[in-house]
Amino acid sequence: MSFPWAKHYEPTTDVGKWIDSRLPLPRLIYDSVGAGYPVPKNLNYFYNFGVLAGVALVVQIITGIILAMHYAPNTGLAFNSVEHIMRDVNSGWMLRYMHAVGASFFFIVVYLHIFRGLYYGSYKPPREVLWLLGMVIYLLMMATGFMGYVLVWGQMSFWGAAVITNLFSAIPIVGDAIHTWLLGGFSPDNPTLNRFFSLHYLLPFVIFGVVILHVWALHIPGSNNPTGVGIKGPQDTVPFHPYYTAKDFFGLGVYFTLFAIVVFYLPNSLGEPDNYIPANPLSTPAHIVPEWYYWPFYAILRAFTVNFLWVPAKLWGVLAMFSAILLLFFLPWLDKSPVRSNTYRPLSKLFFWILVVDCLILGLCGAKPAAEPWLRISQFAAAYYFAHFLIILPIISRIERPLPLPKSISEAVLTNAGHSVEAARAAVAAVPQPAA
Amino acid sequence: MGRLIAFLAPFAIGGVFVLALLVGAFMPRDAVTPDPTIALHKEAKEVSFKSDGVFGTFDKAQLQRGFKVYQEVCAACHSLHQVAFRDLAALGFTPAEIKAIAKKNDQPTIDEKTGDAATRPGLPSDKFYGPYANEVAARAANNNALPPDLSLMTKAREHGNRYVYSLLTGYANAPAGWAVPQGLHYNPYFKSINIAMPAPLTSEGQVEYTDGTKPTVDQMAKDVSAFLIWTAEPKLVERHRTGFGAVIFLLIMTGLGYLSYRRVWAEIKYKTKKGEVASA
Amino acid sequence: MATDQAHVPAAGELTESGERRRDFIYIATGAFAAVGAATVAWPLINQMNPSADVLALASIDVDLAAIKPGQAIKISWRGMPVFARNLTQAEQDAANKVPVSSLRDPQTLAERTKEGHTNWLITMGVCTHLGCVPLGAGEGETKGDFGGYFCPCHGSQYDTAARIRSGPAPTNLVVPEYAFKSPTSVTIG
Repeated sequence: MSFPWAKHYEPTTDVGKWIDSRLPLPRLIYDSVGAGYPVPKNLNYFYNFGVLAGVALVVQIITGIILAMHYAPNTGLAFNSVEHIMRDVNSGWMLRYMHAVGASFFFIVVYLHIFRGLYYGSYKPPREVLWLLGMVIYLLMMATGFMGYVLVWGQMSFWGAAVITNLFSAIPIVGDAIHTWLLGGFSPDNPTLNRFFSLHYLLPFVIFGVVILHVWALHIPGSNNPTGVGIKGPQDTVPFHPYYTAKDFFGLGVYFTLFAIVVFYLPNSLGEPDNYIPANPLSTPAHIVPEWYYWPFYAILRAFTVNFLWVPAKLWGVLAMFSAILLLFFLPWLDKSPVRSNTYRPLSKLFFWILVVDCLILGLCGAKPAAEPWLRISQFAAAYYFAHFLIILPIISRIERPLPLPKSISEAVLTNAGHSVEAARAAVAAVPQPAA
Repeated sequence: MGRLIAFLAPFAIGGVFVLALLVGAFMPRDAVTPDPTIALHKEAKEVSFKSDGVFGTFDKAQLQRGFKVYQEVCAACHSLHQVAFRDLAALGFTPAEIKAIAKKNDQPTIDEKTGDAATRPGLPSDKFYGPYANEVAARAANNNALPPDLSLMTKAREHGNRYVYSLLTGYANAPAGWAVPQGLHYNPYFKSINIAMPAPLTSEGQVEYTDGTKPTVDQMAKDVSAFLIWTAEPKLVERHRTGFGAVIFLLIMTGLGYLSYRRVWAEIKYKTKKGEVASA
Repeated sequence: MATDQAHVPAAGELTESGERRRDFIYIATGAFAAVGAATVAWPLINQMNPSADVLALASIDVDLAAIKPGQAIKISWRGMPVFARNLTQAEQDAANKVPVSSLRDPQTLAERTKEGHTNWLITMGVCTHLGCVPLGAGEGETKGDFGGYFCPCHGSQYDTAARIRSGPAPTNLVVPEYAFKSPTSVTIG
């Protein structure tokens, strides 16, 4: 697209030419994921997760459409219809486990994708819109995942719905009205289940639409790379096909192998036993936890235990939980360092890894009951989370002295392969530049 | 001015959140009385089943014995709402045997002439609805305790397979100082320790086995656990078999994918590593 | 354009020695991917076939004792009506009088009933034209010009052996698989 040396689609057959002049879909594919899209040649395996996330979304949509053919969104039937799928529908058990495990795998892949972006500074100019769209996808995924979990109508489904919708009642003045509006009643019941089903079916297609925008926004500046240094010329890139299609196919194989192991041998390991008990509005399970991918945010929610500055603790928790996600939207403007990749930012790299550990600790706290010592640990961990993005990152982006950057991607590749910087520069210089 | 606000805003917002959290973190904690049930509660016993592991299958003879235990002991109070009589074919019962079993379980229906409530003999397509018409009737007959449906019990508890076995064999005398309320029973494998269900398996030979297996309490508990593993996950064997094929297939495909990937990249990546600077 | 990539051989065009092996690996990988996709496609399609609980309801027992000659009942089987009709002698005679060769779908009454039970006409209550339920089995419903069944949707007329006589339907009302368990009860399916 924006690279003058990108290969151009030239239809060779008459049919190809006929199509190309009427609906150039093959050209679009060629230019976006085919040989017409030049990609930095130094991408590592962490760059596989974008394609994997797309595949995970498609798997969820396909299995989800099928499950919807057998599922009944009615409080009297929902739980039994899920068991009907597990027992009577042809291959139903497999499709349902694929969908349930697939949700977890989708989040695993997306978290790795996000942290890849954090480490290599993929949110920085000129890719801010790409990052914002990614965050929109992530928010939509959280909403979709939450509503999907409710559909099973087990104990965790019901009480998860009760707790999460109650968050909105913390909003001053209008909170209770919003809470009732969301539920369509005063507690999760048939209206709630029915609308959650409708939205759970709708949102994945919205996500799919935003994914298309996300990929579009990616193709304008092109892919970032582990050096964070921009593409200087054709010697820095390879065509997406066959180089990255081959690499992504291999990554996909690894992904599906791990996926199959969990689907077929540990299908319930990522779920909660309580959700095999039908929903009972009169009895709460001893220990309510959301699905694992919400644990860090759940920990932040519960970490606020005191009223502070005339704001009640409950509202602090809700505000903080939503802020924890929303502040990621501002990341491109919080971290103003001109250097993208943490490879060349020693201080930022250190804090990046502290953040990773911090998020894991928050996740662990979210899984545990809200009691000591986990509560106090979660309070310190949550404090670090906010400090990291809102205080530490803006400061280090101003005071840090980055390591010397390579002049180009090719130079970095060659020096990594054991050549001296001088030899690498000479080799890169020897390649004729394109006549722009 | 606007720029200054934009510069200071993150520090202000971050500072407030951090302060609110730290105030909470350094607030002294109220002393908590530990829940006495936690100390008494025991982890489920170690016990293995033929259905465990990657190659796990069902032992049909054991499932049939477990079914017998369920019918003669558990079914007095517990239903299996998700299981139809026809499903028993998976245990090796013939269609005629299944019809006979179903027939003994009356099902609610209406009288075709009057429309009044009536019962009819069960059919293979009916399910194990259990002895009580509804929850109120179940509670009324059981001192206000509700005997839970057992269809999914082994999946609805932590380590459910071992849990069912442990609970059935875990009744004991309460330790000194632990009061068991009237009508409840001491069982440390039960989450809240005092359980309403009296020990269901009490003596050897309580259920007569026809295949020569010795019906000890331990054996009966194991067999009925195995049966409940089946009711909770009837497709387990199919799942294990399909999974084996799928994983082997995917491993080969991934291996081929890796070779293809190496081949495609051979000119670019692997040669530069060997030192052919020029082509980079 | 394409200065550097001139050095880079695309996947297909390769040097003498490596050529055959490379092609083999690419083809093998592609073949595995294709087989895998096809294998996954099957459960996705098969899930729309009847599930085990639906198949379990595929046979029913029907008691015919209460049906007097000239009367019929409707039974629901697989979600479709089945007509069980106790033919009078006159109706049987009327059906047997028709020359079989003149019929659109030539069948005798004997072929459409069980031996020794020729008064029991058991057919699907589904018009073979486009699947409406014909009239004639219910009390007081019109039996059409041929005394059997009449489909109000598009005017197909069936005779006392439920054979198509006029109208758009291509074949006689279908006789389901059934067997007499006793003189007055049958198992359908």
